Amino acid sequence: MTQNPVLSINDLSIEFPVYKGAVKALNGVSLHVNEGEIVGVVGESGSGKSVTSMMAMKLLPEGSYRVTQGDISILGTDIIHASEKTMRTLRGGDVAMIFQEPMTALNPTRKIGIQMTDVIRLHRRLDNDAARQLAISLLKDMHIADPESTLQRYPFELSGGMRQRVLIALAFSCNPRLIIADEPTTALDVTVQKQVLMLLKAKARELKTAILFITHDMAVVSQFCDRVYVMYAGSLVEAGSTRQVLHAPRHPYTRGLMAALPELATPGSQLQAIPGNVPDLSRLPAGCAFASRCPSRSDKCNQKPVLTSIHEATTHQVACWHPALQEELAV
Amino acid sequence: MTTMPVLSLKDIQVRFPVNPDWRGRPRQHVHALNGISLEIAKGETLGIVGESGCGKSTMAQVLIGLLQPTQGEMTLSSGKSNGKGGMQIVFQDPQSSLNPRLPVWKIITEPVFAAANRKVDKAAMRELAQQLAAQVGIRPEYIDRFPHEFSGGQRQRIAIARALAAEPDIIVLDEPTSALDISVQAQILNLLAELQRSRQLTFILISHNVSVVRHMCNRVAVMYLGQIVEIGDAAQVLEHPAHPYTQLLLASVPTLESVQDESAVPENVELPSNRVLPTGCYFKDRCPSASSACLQPQVLKQISTQSQEHEARCHLAHPD
Repeated sequence: MTQNPVLSINDLSIEFPVYKGAVKALNGVSLHVNEGEIVGVVGESGSGKSVTSMMAMKLLPEGSYRVTQGDISILGTDIIHASEKTMRTLRGGDVAMIFQEPMTALNPTRKIGIQMTDVIRLHRRLDNDAARQLAISLLKDMHIADPESTLQRYPFELSGGMRQRVLIALAFSCNPRLIIADEPTTALDVTVQKQVLMLLKAKARELKTAILFITHDMAVVSQFCDRVYVMYAGSLVEAGSTRQVLHAPRHPYTRGLMAALPELATPGSQLQAIPGNVPDLSRLPAGCAFASRCPSRSDKCNQKPVLTSIHEATTHQVACWHPALQEELAV
Repeated sequence: MTTMPVLSLKDIQVRFPVNPDWRGRPRQHVHALNGISLEIAKGETLGIVGESGCGKSTMAQVLIGLLQPTQGEMTLSSGKSNGKGGMQIVFQDPQSSLNPRLPVWKIITEPVFAAANRKVDKAAMRELAQQLAAQVGIRPEYIDRFPHEFSGGQRQRIAIARALAAEPDIIVLDEPTSALDISVQAQILNLLAELQRSRQLTFILISHNVSVVRHMCNRVAVMYLGQIVEIGDAAQVLEHPAHPYTQLLLASVPTLESVQDESAVPENVELPSNRVLPTGCYFKDRCPSASSACLQPQVLKQISTQSQEHEARCHLAHPD
């Protein structure tokens, strides 16, 4: 699995300076996405998944954040020290992004066709007609019934699912090597979500595009991703193949999260909630961030655990001093 | 159903006028609810599932009396003599459903305050707020704080405490956990189940999340385009769906076990317009097994061979 990574983040820490202190949004996050791989990042709100994706594209407002350590590289380009000009050629070209809310990602005052040809012509040397033809074929791939007339419409005339499919078509328009999808289906209904995810996956496999898939939905991850990272309070707590992490979780947080899902519980029974709340990111404990809610904490948890492989011959990594023993959850 | 229903709806219809002409007369109507008939027994949890635009939230508003139905009647057969009883609601977004300028104790006791026509004893109200806060897992000493000082899950607990303050018989839960994280969702669902046991509450749980409904409910109603297409015992409806829409909906829900089938991308996932209602079966344009018989309007009919209730609005649905 050590092929050439499209995206690699090494030991990245980011904080947002606030009044009297700083919110430590990311604390030593290391992740990589290989060519053609679909990698999921799951976590609850405030765990730092969106900051990771925004930082990878350098979309956070300049001056609002401080990189305290670490680096990011996309296709060999150092993102943290890259100029805005370099970033602009990268974004939408080699790396594309799909956002959660398709209504705010499209310009409401311009027709779909103009928005699509603009992006295509910005990155590719095509004339207007060729760009239009390309847009039509991309929309066809996304199973949009009447692409010619869709190009003539405004975003508000399309349904949520259609808008998201337009955005996916747009993301693939310049044959990107990496797509960062930040909760692309959270705003959609399940039947539409299924269609959008299947189209996204099929197209990514066809073009060998890697996807970094940010979500909070464990079930979507299990169907969609090859590998998964679990985040908690700005740190990675577990990583590995989807099957390993979701079906044999070792970190107490991942286990707690899986046990809290109503999908797996007997109807009407007591759900196993994780006690307590997520720690305040501006006052993180020195040791393991999960220790205060953890059933198996000890004195050793006052030191911060690092992400290490469970044993030599596996990609399953966990950041815990007391990982659970090898036992499959009844899934 | 054996027990007396606490709430019954008979052929509820709601239409909203839209697209007015130059004299302000509506040219079209949005048909939000098209004939909902329901009976809700005491102590049960009825789940209402469906996708956006199917009328779930309109239904919640009709139930709680925020919206008058255009047609049909709703009878609530519980109202105790002392003015208590009745219905309360817990909204989806605890951020916007709590007044940011009121301390928590005032938020919690607001139903009592309103019912007593503002003539209440402050000390008694504070005591009531402390009791309710303790019941929903908010520390009683926090009742002088304001909503912004709480996390999302705690705010939803406050909203639940407020609903309890009026001592209702029925609580309408409109997507109570969809704004919350998984671990917090589990806490809230446990709290609701416990309150139901201790106070003999009746819940109407409106949700798009099938697994939450499966976990919480005894009975489930599936809605499509303002109609109930399938209703019955929760295990029966969710394990052996009879209506093609319910089958489609359940097959689309991502699960942990199954790996996505990459062969067939579903087509035509859009809901038809509710301006001009389709003739015959509302689902026929998306139905894989549509035939000429579907041009007739469908009625809800009993399909279960056993004693439990299971009705579907489809002529193809057969007892299995």
